[in-house]
Amino acid sequence: MAITEEPPLILEIESGETKPSTGAFARPTNAKGWRAWVFTVDHKKIGIMYGAVAMFWFFWGGIEALLIRSQLLTPDGTVLTAEQYNQIFTMHGTTMVFLVVMPLAAAFANYIVPLQIGARDVAFPRMNALGLWIFVFGGIFLNLSWFLGGGPDGGWFAYAPNTSVTFSPGAGMDFYALGLQIAGIASLVGAINLIVTIINMRAPGMTLLRMPVFTWMILVVQFLLLFALPVITVALVLLSMDRTFDANFFNVGMGADPLLWQHLFWIFGHPEVYILILPSFGIVSETLPVFSRKPLFGYSVIVISGAAIGFMGWGVWAHHMFVSGLGPVSVAAFSATTMFIAVPTGVKILNWIATMWGGKITFTVPMMFSISLVSMFTIGGLSGVMHSVAPADTQQTDTYFIVAHFHYVLFGGALMGLFAGMYYWWPKAFGYKLNDTLGKWHFWIVLVGFNLTFGPMHILGLQGMARRHSRYGPEDGFDFWNLMVSIGAFVILIGMIVFAINIVKTWLGYKAGTIEQSPADPWDGRTLEWAIPSPTPEHNFDYVPVVTDVDDFWHKKYQKDENGKLRKVADGNAIAQLGDQHPHLPSPSYWPIVLASGLPLIALGLIYTLWLTGIGLLVLVAAIYGWSLEPHTDPDAGHGHGDDHDEPDGDQSENLIDLPKDESTEEAPVG
Amino acid sequence: MNVITDSHAEGTDEHEDHGLSDVGYIKIALLLAVLTAIEVLTYFVDFGVLEVPSLLILMVVKFQIVISYFMHLKFDNKIFSYLFITGLVLAVVVFAAMATSLVFWTDPAGCDAGRFC
Amino acid sequence: MDNATEVKTSQLAYGPTEWDDYDVPPLTTGLSNEKMTMWAFLGSDCLLFASLISTYLLLRNRVGPDTEGSTAADLFDIPFTSVSSFVLLMSSLTMVLAVTSIGRGELERCKMWLLTTAILGTVFIAGQVYEFTGFYREGLGFTTNISSSAFFTLTGFHGVHVSLGIIMLVTLWSLISRGNIGAERAETVEIIGLYWHFVDIVWIVIFAVVYLIP
Repeated sequence: MAITEEPPLILEIESGETKPSTGAFARPTNAKGWRAWVFTVDHKKIGIMYGAVAMFWFFWGGIEALLIRSQLLTPDGTVLTAEQYNQIFTMHGTTMVFLVVMPLAAAFANYIVPLQIGARDVAFPRMNALGLWIFVFGGIFLNLSWFLGGGPDGGWFAYAPNTSVTFSPGAGMDFYALGLQIAGIASLVGAINLIVTIINMRAPGMTLLRMPVFTWMILVVQFLLLFALPVITVALVLLSMDRTFDANFFNVGMGADPLLWQHLFWIFGHPEVYILILPSFGIVSETLPVFSRKPLFGYSVIVISGAAIGFMGWGVWAHHMFVSGLGPVSVAAFSATTMFIAVPTGVKILNWIATMWGGKITFTVPMMFSISLVSMFTIGGLSGVMHSVAPADTQQTDTYFIVAHFHYVLFGGALMGLFAGMYYWWPKAFGYKLNDTLGKWHFWIVLVGFNLTFGPMHILGLQGMARRHSRYGPEDGFDFWNLMVSIGAFVILIGMIVFAINIVKTWLGYKAGTIEQSPADPWDGRTLEWAIPSPTPEHNFDYVPVVTDVDDFWHKKYQKDENGKLRKVADGNAIAQLGDQHPHLPSPSYWPIVLASGLPLIALGLIYTLWLTGIGLLVLVAAIYGWSLEPHTDPDAGHGHGDDHDEPDGDQSENLIDLPKDESTEEAPVG
Repeated sequence: MNVITDSHAEGTDEHEDHGLSDVGYIKIALLLAVLTAIEVLTYFVDFGVLEVPSLLILMVVKFQIVISYFMHLKFDNKIFSYLFITGLVLAVVVFAAMATSLVFWTDPAGCDAGRFC
Repeated sequence: MDNATEVKTSQLAYGPTEWDDYDVPPLTTGLSNEKMTMWAFLGSDCLLFASLISTYLLLRNRVGPDTEGSTAADLFDIPFTSVSSFVLLMSSLTMVLAVTSIGRGELERCKMWLLTTAILGTVFIAGQVYEFTGFYREGLGFTTNISSSAFFTLTGFHGVHVSLGIIMLVTLWSLISRGNIGAERAETVEIIGLYWHFVDIVWIVIFAVVYLIP
């Protein structure tokens, strides 16, 4: 935690020159090669790295899911032993939640938020890099357990005392507890940074109610992270104390209360649910208006209901614990709050439908993924409301019905939205669109596979198939639907392979020149990120945008004429900035990655030998001092030459000439 | 980052306008010392039923004094107050709810003295 | 700027503005990023200590299956803890004085108050170490029972916060001594002061809720 407590001391005197006495460490200046990525403080490179690392873990978590489904393909499966099965399903959940969906959301938050608010970077570029590297090391640390005696085996919510040394003697749960603490620090650093960025770095004129909805949802999510992470940190610390230093927090023999872990975990865990879904809600709130060619229906209602979800999300956690002996009053109280929280979520769904209603919808790939979020999430949300009814939940809890529910909201909701975001912002990040045909194949295969996988789980759950069991017998009658579920899982795999092919193919095509460079505004977008060239220049904005409206860029393109009809007045690609200015940018830094590398050493030391902890602490302290004493920035470094996109400088100027001839007469499709 | 020096300059201006003088802070500290002395007094003198409420009130008053004067929340921009108070209120409400659920709302059937209910 | 560029930029949706001379446009709220960071962090830390304090309150009377052992509360030495609480409270005053001195540009005085604050914090930590060893000698170790685990974890977490604060104060003192930080960076002192006061208010709560309320 020391990292965030030490505010960066920027050693700069008023003239803007670095004092020579502090300049013990030069800053790296490499603009090309691997160093340009490892030492970067550019929010765009950091966002891309978040995404790339998360996709790697997505691949790995998918392998784990397929192992689970191979085991359950037939009755009495023999693919995995019961112990291996425990480890695989625990790590599947942990990986997908903490190493895939959260960092993918962080990828979009890092890349898109500064662009949407018209900033050149986040408030603390080095802290941003620090968050990335802590997350990377945390993920590696968590998965080191596979090579050091087996993975965690207590389920992703790790109910104590089931996870105490008595019941889980291997080192797996230690890796879980410490690894998630490391990942938590990463998220906390990122959350504080983004909160300050969104509050304080907005373009002139961008009031809170002119902010794009994606940025709004990211702001809500960062607040949830800010306040929820300390709670899980305490829970994990207590667990680590029990396991490593023989404390008694969860020692039932000494009179411990097993409910303590459950309360602490779910006080974090329920806000976490909204941490996972709200970024996707933000993404579709951007894509649905663009591809329906209508403004978002009820902008302020969507924003307010998003914030309301954030607040109410703190009052419903015990619905995860209805069968743990909470007592009737607790159950009734949390049942009621849970029913209430469906209201703001439903409001959002209705707003999205109303946005599409009467719109001129173009079925691009991001639009298809967005619509699938609205529909699939609604299914998952409805089964969620079913769980708020405690007697029904008592039947459904710990069965495959629950598994079906949270996959419908997490896969059908969060991941579908994130895929929509990838297809939507790909041209902004890389300079070219993903292939549309392959994208549609990807979408349909995944949608079919997804419903084939998780739809039948509802039936299995109601038939009584318990989750987390490594086998079922031929006498149970679960054969047919389990076979369907497993087939569905492999269909999803095919869909994801299509996605991978799409990425590689378009990238090769772009390099070879057969795929055209994307213009600044390929989708006729509404927000500021489309007012700059694709791919984004290193400094983002040539000139600071001054904002006067919600969807400001749209209003630059479409204005009401004297009859009050909306008309197109300019082409987005023609009026976008050129990326030809070279403002001063912060230099890269060695210290974020060095500082982050201390944390897994400390954690490994706590499991094996305290010597390593000492070394890790030394690295940590040295890095903090190196960080603090680092010269501010070298004015000659990092001037935007580090752009790895190989974009010819004059590319965008051609678009300038392509002003539409009928610009003043063309009527905007829908007001 | 270069703007820091600008906003810092504004910050000090405000500070001179609204912050307390050194003597003022010393007076605040004396008040805090007196309140602490009253708190400690409850250990030596029996306050009866008033003991717990008075300790809680004294705690809240001291807390309030430190954050509003020593931490300048009274003089500073409201955004800082919102950031901090949100966390504080959330902490109090959520954990009060958790304690209520754990301590008062448990199933009476499964309740014994060792289980704190 | 030549004529051709001017024509181009006039077509842009977002052309040159008065803010382009800055590397970064003026901050939206006019408030310092660093200070906002510290306040957000402190808001987050509220939840951390609320979790720990609730855990302690829930577990404080649990001494094991035989209900014979002593809890941490049985061994409290209230007069001693009152003194160390008072020391920490006064360190908040010296911290404030350090902030006001650097605000007036009095670096030497600021250094003196920073050092005083650090020393008062060290006295508090020393008192805590003395208290812990006393408990240990009485037979109440970290692993003895649930109540002791909860007590040591809560006060230990606070102690770590104080220690980090001391390290920051000493670092700040040495940076001012070496001339790396001058009066223009008064805000850095203020931000570390915020952290220090927060540690103090957490102790105000712990002192009342854990130590004094029977």
